[in-house]
Amino acid sequence: MNELIVIFVSMAFVNNVVFARYLGLCPYFGVSKKTGPALGMGMAVIFVMLIAAAATWLINHYILIPFNVQFMQIVIFILVISSLVQITELFIKRTSATLYNALGIFLALITTNCAVLFVTLWNALHNYTFIESIVSALGAGIGFALALILMSGIRERLEIADCPRSMRGLPIAFIAAMMLSLALIGLGGMI
Amino acid sequence: MGKFRKQFVSGIIAANPVFMLGLGLCPVLAVSVAIDYGIGMSGAVMFVLMASNIVISFIRKFVPSISRIPIFIVIIATFVTITTLVFEAWIPALHEALGLFLPLIVVNCIILGRAEAFASKNPVASTIADTLGATVGFALALVTICFFRELFGTGSLSLFGVHLFTLPVLGEDPILLFILPPGAFLVIGLLLALLRWRGVAQSE
Repeated sequence: MNELIVIFVSMAFVNNVVFARYLGLCPYFGVSKKTGPALGMGMAVIFVMLIAAAATWLINHYILIPFNVQFMQIVIFILVISSLVQITELFIKRTSATLYNALGIFLALITTNCAVLFVTLWNALHNYTFIESIVSALGAGIGFALALILMSGIRERLEIADCPRSMRGLPIAFIAAMMLSLALIGLGGMI
Repeated sequence: MGKFRKQFVSGIIAANPVFMLGLGLCPVLAVSVAIDYGIGMSGAVMFVLMASNIVISFIRKFVPSISRIPIFIVIIATFVTITTLVFEAWIPALHEALGLFLPLIVVNCIILGRAEAFASKNPVASTIADTLGATVGFALALVTICFFRELFGTGSLSLFGVHLFTLPVLGEDPILLFILPPGAFLVIGLLLALLRWRGVAQSE
């Protein structure tokens, strides 16, 4: 149990995917302008990370390792993730209109979110058990969602702030990300 | 020849993938702690982008448009696997330092972006020109960020293990922040602001 808590806290806060590992930055800066879409994207990422971690663990342990073809991990994992995203999108479209309206557009963007591929490769690299993989994916997903929602709140305020013309938009968002990341470094000694 | 030159130059400045389009930020920020890593990463991205775009450009007429993205991804992933294995075999130190960011080149948006926007629609020769422009632009942005982070973060500069010079005061007391994650955000934010201030890039 302790082990799982350590993995979770490490993935979600101490080694936050955005602030400590610089992953998923394109969607991070792309979708963090408003809180609503940021929430949707965050939820979609948590969801996809969980199913991707489960599916790639099964494939890694029952297909790749027995046949000793781990060097195919990159190719197989990215294919699994992109097809899973498509299947999920179709499934949600059929079953729940509300969920589709909330997550729909973001699901398509997630295929190119490097944080998802990172989590699956990281789990494989550290030989996590099935439960550990799920917990690490949950931690990374929550860490990403948290970072995204925090940032969207800040950027909504920055919109109306009076900052130099050349700093407006992306540059000031980077500076804000720097301060958030600086705050998270304080958690470094925890684990 | 003029057309190729225009494509090449546009990738470096007007459509610089990192500074102008905000693409491929993850590897830029993650590996930019030392110039060596930046050069290694640029090399890997250059090889993958060039090889996969040439292949994609060759087969563009046979690929049905509905299944093009998965096909492109498989082609890119193949070349990324080759690069990772080559790095692991011949430059293990760099492979160790770049870590998971080497396999993560697969999801680098510059690569899929150039494949989708250019290589899948244009003949091989102009694809090569476009790819060269985009990769040189990427390398330039990455090495610039590496330069500032290494200079201020360690107080000295070295290239492939050869020590170049040490700053007078910072050499003894470097600003550690630049090597840490926040430094990456700070440097790219300030560089972007500088480019916009000088009018090289569009302000919002």
